[in-house]
Amino acid sequence: MKRRTFVNLFLGGSLLGTAASLLYPVVRYLIPPRQAEAAAKKIVAAKVGELAPNSAKLFKFGSSPALLINTADGQLRAFSAVCTHLTCTVSYEGDTGTMYCPCHNGRFDLAGNVISGPPPRPLEAYEIEVAGGDILVSKKA
Amino acid sequence: MKENREGSKKRTQSRLFSVFTLSLLLTLPFSLLGQKNSCLECHRELDEQSLRAPVDGFATDVHRQFGLGCQDCHGGNPLQDDVELAKDKSFRGAPGKAKVPEFCGSCHSNSEYMRRFNPNVRVDQLQTYWTSKHGELLRKGDTNVAVCTDCHGVHGIQASNFPKSSTFAWNIPETCGRCHSNQEVMKTYGIPVNQVSDYKQSVHATALFDKKDLSAPVCNDCHGNHGAAPPQVASIAFVCRQCHPSAGDLFTQSPHKAVFDELGISECEACHGNHKILAPTDEMLAGGSNDVCSQCHDAGTKPHETGVEMKRKLSDYVSAFQSAEDVLASAEKQGVEVSEPRFKLQEASTALILVRNLTHGLALADMEAKLAEGDKVISEVKTLGGAALKEARFRKTGLVIATVFIFLLALALYFKIRELQSKEKS
Amino acid sequence: MSRRKLRMSQLIRNVVAYLESRFLFSALLEFGKKKKVPEHKYSFWYYFGGLCLFLFGVQVITGILLLLYYTPSVDAAHESILFIMSQVKFGWLIRSVHSWTANILVGAIFIHMFSTFFLKAYRPPRDLTWISGFFLLVLFLAFGFSGYLLPWNELSFFATRVGTDIAGVVPFIGKALKTFILGGPEVSGATLSRFFWLHVAVLPAFALVLLGIHIFLVQVLGMSKPIGISKTKEISFFPTFILKDALVWLLVLTAIGVICVFLPWEIGQKADPFASTPIGIKPEWYFTFMFTTLKIVPAHIFSLEGEVLAILGFMLGGLLWMLVPYLDRRAGREMKSPAFSIAGAIILLYIIVMTALTYLAPRI
Repeated sequence: MKRRTFVNLFLGGSLLGTAASLLYPVVRYLIPPRQAEAAAKKIVAAKVGELAPNSAKLFKFGSSPALLINTADGQLRAFSAVCTHLTCTVSYEGDTGTMYCPCHNGRFDLAGNVISGPPPRPLEAYEIEVAGGDILVSKKA
Repeated sequence: MKENREGSKKRTQSRLFSVFTLSLLLTLPFSLLGQKNSCLECHRELDEQSLRAPVDGFATDVHRQFGLGCQDCHGGNPLQDDVELAKDKSFRGAPGKAKVPEFCGSCHSNSEYMRRFNPNVRVDQLQTYWTSKHGELLRKGDTNVAVCTDCHGVHGIQASNFPKSSTFAWNIPETCGRCHSNQEVMKTYGIPVNQVSDYKQSVHATALFDKKDLSAPVCNDCHGNHGAAPPQVASIAFVCRQCHPSAGDLFTQSPHKAVFDELGISECEACHGNHKILAPTDEMLAGGSNDVCSQCHDAGTKPHETGVEMKRKLSDYVSAFQSAEDVLASAEKQGVEVSEPRFKLQEASTALILVRNLTHGLALADMEAKLAEGDKVISEVKTLGGAALKEARFRKTGLVIATVFIFLLALALYFKIRELQSKEKS
Repeated sequence: MSRRKLRMSQLIRNVVAYLESRFLFSALLEFGKKKKVPEHKYSFWYYFGGLCLFLFGVQVITGILLLLYYTPSVDAAHESILFIMSQVKFGWLIRSVHSWTANILVGAIFIHMFSTFFLKAYRPPRDLTWISGFFLLVLFLAFGFSGYLLPWNELSFFATRVGTDIAGVVPFIGKALKTFILGGPEVSGATLSRFFWLHVAVLPAFALVLLGIHIFLVQVLGMSKPIGISKTKEISFFPTFILKDALVWLLVLTAIGVICVFLPWEIGQKADPFASTPIGIKPEWYFTFMFTTLKIVPAHIFSLEGEVLAILGFMLGGLLWMLVPYLDRRAGREMKSPAFSIAGAIILLYIIVMTALTYLAPRI
């Protein structure tokens, strides 16, 4: 093979390789990812009917835990589960109908207000929307 | 006609004027009454500091804010400039130390009087005081003990919910410490003087002073304010349970409760101390460097061995937790985003807190069950972490491949350029 | 030649003929074929202009890709960046390339500008090239400033606040200028929309026009030779110089790739307008020399506010810098003008020292 032909082939081949290694990421980038949208303002906390009355579910809201409660009379409530005392995770207590923090015995009512114990501030309440079989939680405007 | 009306108008005006002037002159002395306070005026000018101090202090006193004056406690007539006339029959002067509680109590125990100012205020302070160690000793004639003024001050008294008050939460250790950290005062009673310095090293003090957490206990939360007395052995546990009920419940259900009660050992204090309560660590468990179990249980005995087993399970869990953390940290250092697995790991951290609390119940089975839950979370996190590390490797591999092609292309270009340049020359 | 080769070259000739009859570019082709680029001991600096163009191209491509997943709203901007970095395949790469290349581009622009300054390439007839280049500098600094806010993280928010506060100090028009830039009295959602508008529409439009002018002038006038060098070796623009340019671009692209894999750009904490300004907040590195100057300037000089004086000083400096082709008469007459070289060296030194000081002595 003549030197010139070799150089041209070499050039063409490496050009193709480079183009492929640059185009491959771009093409993969353009293909829609699994999670269709950026972490939207609304999070799907649970499906309708998933929670029995007087029970709760802990879910991820942004980067913190949150509590979705289905009260004894069937109302949905959602709160930040980060205790306002020393940031332990609160849970729902069915028999008292209150939110309880086991770390220092902090207790919150179903409006998020502090009933007893050391927490200095109420729990942040979130907005709930039921749409298409999903229970969506978002921050209050 | 017009003249009459003019004249009557003028007469009405002059009448009104006289009434006005007369009333002013008549009421003038009464208006001065409200302002006159001969006690303050006189004491302000005195040379002796101890007689002058009340004037300065009183300016910010809580009693003054409620409209009370010197005469309301000390009697006397503040309208009289002459000192003999001012110190009239009603003058009570300053009470001696032994009489102070009753002096203050004359108002503060009178519910009818106090509810004028604050219907909600307690009126049992004096009664409670007599049940305290301070009150007991005062009754026996010891005037070295604390009375109302020692803690609350004398003329610059602030409400206890005011941050500058000597009885506000974060000032209380200092207030109590004035006597209780003073070797000279305490040696008569044989009481140690390390309580305040011990307390200041405690986790409660850190919460109160550093985190400004006003729910953290200070001296009066465990010892009482007016009824201050060291809690009895039986009541220490109740005192701690005020804020730590879950640990307390677990302890009550454990075999320790019956034994401790029988032996008369104070529950929480035996392992955690009273004033110098430090943040508990796994080293307090059997076999650890700070082994509290060995206070009663010899090494090698069944109870001690169970404790050792608990510690072992806990440290295994902690290592597993740490290794999951390390995987995530390593992936993050290599540039991969790991906020999702991090959030999941929080659940494992919560499990750890709960298991450590379960040690009070001494039920190994319960601890193992909770640890198993946590282990599941940790393994999930490890899987996600492994995926993140794989992603990091993938990126590097991809970079190598792309770089190889680019270098080959660069080399090819170089050859091409050489070839073209040699062609140009010719 | 073999039959296949013959058919290939015939095909190429047909395509060219087709396009020529539609676009009438034969004159251009002739010009390009004949164009020569001088080669001498300073011709290495010629590559920086093309590098700036290449990096701009990288920014346009990665910017367009980012536009697919980015949302310019206070509620979603930061989240969309997190999404790009964690959920989108190779999103981390596209975003990191965009952020890193922005900084490398500004660096390349400064090198390009100073190398043309010291080589006195600004002397007429290339004065318009220099002036269009000056406007391009301002444009790309604006690109950097507006783009920096878009991730809406703590650093961006406060750096923008600090930067626009400085704009507000300009006498007479300062307050109005600041309000116009911010879309309101302070950094807010309106600012984010405005900066996004600037960054993806207004500035690119101006950049295209200015770049077009700048490159057209460079092509038409050819490369400037340093004063005193008249006879040099020459290489053909096409294909030799272009291939050499491409070689440089490839090496820089590799460097960018390595940097992005080992040092991906951080996501940061979402901006909280009510949080207190982090200690040691400063704008991006290419603004720090001005930032530090303002910090060390005394509060009052004679009876005038030090800050205002410093800002006016910078504006005057910029104006003089832009007008250097007309001020440097000696260079215009093809004579060495050491005074201007020294002045330029002092300015360069000042910029370097002030920038370094920002990081080495942050507590000034």
